[in-house]
Amino acid sequence: MTRQIKSKPLLAVQDLHTHFHTFAGTVKAVNGVSFEVGAGEVMGLVGESGGGKSVVGFSILGLIDSPGKIEGGQILLDGQDLVSAGENRLRQVRGREISMVFQDPMTSLNPLHTVGRQMDEVLCLHSDLDAAARKQACIDMLESVGISRAEERLKAYPHQFSGGMRQRVVIAIAMLARPRLIIADEPTTALDVTIQSQILKLMRQQIADKGASMILITHDLAVVSEMADHITVLYCGNVVERGKTRELIETPTHPYTRGLIDSIPDTAERHDRLKQIPGSVPDIRNLPKGCNFKDRCPRAQALCAEREPTLTAQHGSLWAACHFPLKPGELA
Amino acid sequence: MFGYLLKRLIQMTLVLWVVSVIVFLMMSFTGDPVFMVVPIDATDAEIAQARRLLGLDQSLLVQYGKFLTSLVQGDFGNSYVFRQPAMTLILERMPATVEMVLVAMALAIVVAIPLGVYAGANPNSRISRVIMAGSLLGISLPGFWVGMVLIYLFAVHWGVFPSSGRGDTAEFLGLRISLLTWDGWHHIMLPAITLSLGTMAILLRMTRAGMMEVGRQDFMKFARAKGATRRDVLYKHGLKNALIPVVTIFGLQLGDLIAFATITETIFSWPGMGKLLIDSIYRADRPVIVVYLMLVALIFVVINFIVDIVYTLIDPRITLK
Ligand SMILES: Nc1ncnc2c1ncn2[C@@H]1O[C@H](COP(=O)(O)OP(=O)(O)OP(=O)(O)O)[C@@H](O)[C@H]1O
Ligand code: SF4
Ligand SMILES: [Mg+2]
Repeated sequence: MTRQIKSKPLLAVQDLHTHFHTFAGTVKAVNGVSFEVGAGEVMGLVGESGGGKSVVGFSILGLIDSPGKIEGGQILLDGQDLVSAGENRLRQVRGREISMVFQDPMTSLNPLHTVGRQMDEVLCLHSDLDAAARKQACIDMLESVGISRAEERLKAYPHQFSGGMRQRVVIAIAMLARPRLIIADEPTTALDVTIQSQILKLMRQQIADKGASMILITHDLAVVSEMADHITVLYCGNVVERGKTRELIETPTHPYTRGLIDSIPDTAERHDRLKQIPGSVPDIRNLPKGCNFKDRCPRAQALCAEREPTLTAQHGSLWAACHFPLKPGELA
Repeated sequence: MFGYLLKRLIQMTLVLWVVSVIVFLMMSFTGDPVFMVVPIDATDAEIAQARRLLGLDQSLLVQYGKFLTSLVQGDFGNSYVFRQPAMTLILERMPATVEMVLVAMALAIVVAIPLGVYAGANPNSRISRVIMAGSLLGISLPGFWVGMVLIYLFAVHWGVFPSSGRGDTAEFLGLRISLLTWDGWHHIMLPAITLSLGTMAILLRMTRAGMMEVGRQDFMKFARAKGATRRDVLYKHGLKNALIPVVTIFGLQLGDLIAFATITETIFSWPGMGKLLIDSIYRADRPVIVVYLMLVALIFVVINFIVDIVYTLIDPRITLK
């Protein structure tokens, strides 16, 4: 029998709490989230709008601004905590070890700087190449994300690019310093469908080429099921289910995951299979006692209103926070 | 580009023409300058004679025609009071005003931009609140009062700055400039500070508002996600994006201060053109007032043009059309 040695993950988020102290009350946007990302892995972070996905991403990079604050937990990069790290250490991490692609390519680039200058900035910060070498690196990177006439394009401003091109530029910037982890926050939602798949293909290829890991944030389970090795499902700032992509998609155990999967539009299946999860996300400023999903859950019982479920091991690699999880094969 | 320049030139000429009409009408309906040139005991015949000499006996249209022709020819007539060309009188005093205004504007920028950036980036900090309260004072305190307080403190009480006059000047390209002598600098400080406070406060508030707006933009966070320092994010990425309204106000204030530094010049006995304007108004010295107003219009038009060019230097999306 061979004993499997569990290697230390590249990134381990442990019991992360990120809260926003607003006038209207404390928004517990992330409230005890844990997950790991191994080297070379793609981890999908999914959930409905407001689930806390972006806040998790920004927390990892230490980009939470007041009134927000990381109230607890650890974010371990190679076992070293980033939550307690100072701004100087974080600046070394940002862009060089972990970089991020934002949701909206139209607004992530500075409209007043040339594309070349915005790319060069990363290399100035994170490499000791001379100007000529930096320029060449920028050209190579632009070409590798599929932008032709790259040298010329360096002198262009963002408004001279289409949305898809801008997102390619943003991805190029994110890859420039060869980070080990890329957080892609809904990198394609703002783009039209044909461009979406191009960009996703590009990102997958880029991280495979460079052996990087990725956290792919999306509300689109279809996208993530194609790209990710593991999936973590967030609901109201909590992890409700996580595990290997195939098991989670094919035999989910949490009713919320089931609902998300059922709402994927699927041309192969009959249209009436497509159903939306009923109800809407509760106000996270005052969450109900017990399970956050109970008002929308078809399996809810008395216990669900009393005790909050915690993550427990399910079949295979799956973990879910539910008092009455689905068994494999069960539909709802 | 050439088309643009031509268009702008026509536009500027049009503005100046409109101003000339307004100035002419204003002059025609306020007071009778003939009494400024005839002796008190002049006879009716003498008055009529003077009127004819000044061309005041002709119809308004003819008078305006003459007025415009001489404006275009650069002949603005002699001051009734000084018996010198009005233009020369003003140009002699202009360097004093312009240099005081430039020092004031420089002071305003040097103080307003960093404080505005700070206050915009840290809207809730205590220091920001102090800055904002200070800027409110800067806007609301009247210039003459500030000037008098400064004179009392720095000139009378501590005696560190002189309270009036221009001090030594040095000749440069035929102009008398204070900024070329130490004594001149010494003299310019109090009036320049007085003049700068209002503009400083406005620019500060514009910068702050711009930075707060820009701070919410994704590209600022993206710049931080690249690992840029806070300083670079604020100044290289943020400030430039906050600058358009600041430049607009800067241009307006610059013209305003050059044109109407009158009060400050009076308080500090600064021999600039503002003081000349006041004196000329008192004495109904029409040629001087006319040149002054036309010159001010020209200054505004030119500043406006420069501001438009600066826009395009800041923002590549703005083009000269
Ligand atoms: N700066 C902030 N101030 C107050 N609340 C915030 C702030 N940023 C995020 N939140 C709150 O945190 C919660 C999670 O937001 P987050 O942006 O992470 O959601 P998301 O899962 O990324 O959703 P989406 O799919 O819409 O991007 C939301 O309820 C949001 O209102
Ligand atoms: S705990 Fe209860 S309410 Fe919550 S998801 Fe499970 S079954 Fe539904
Ligand atoms: Mg989001």
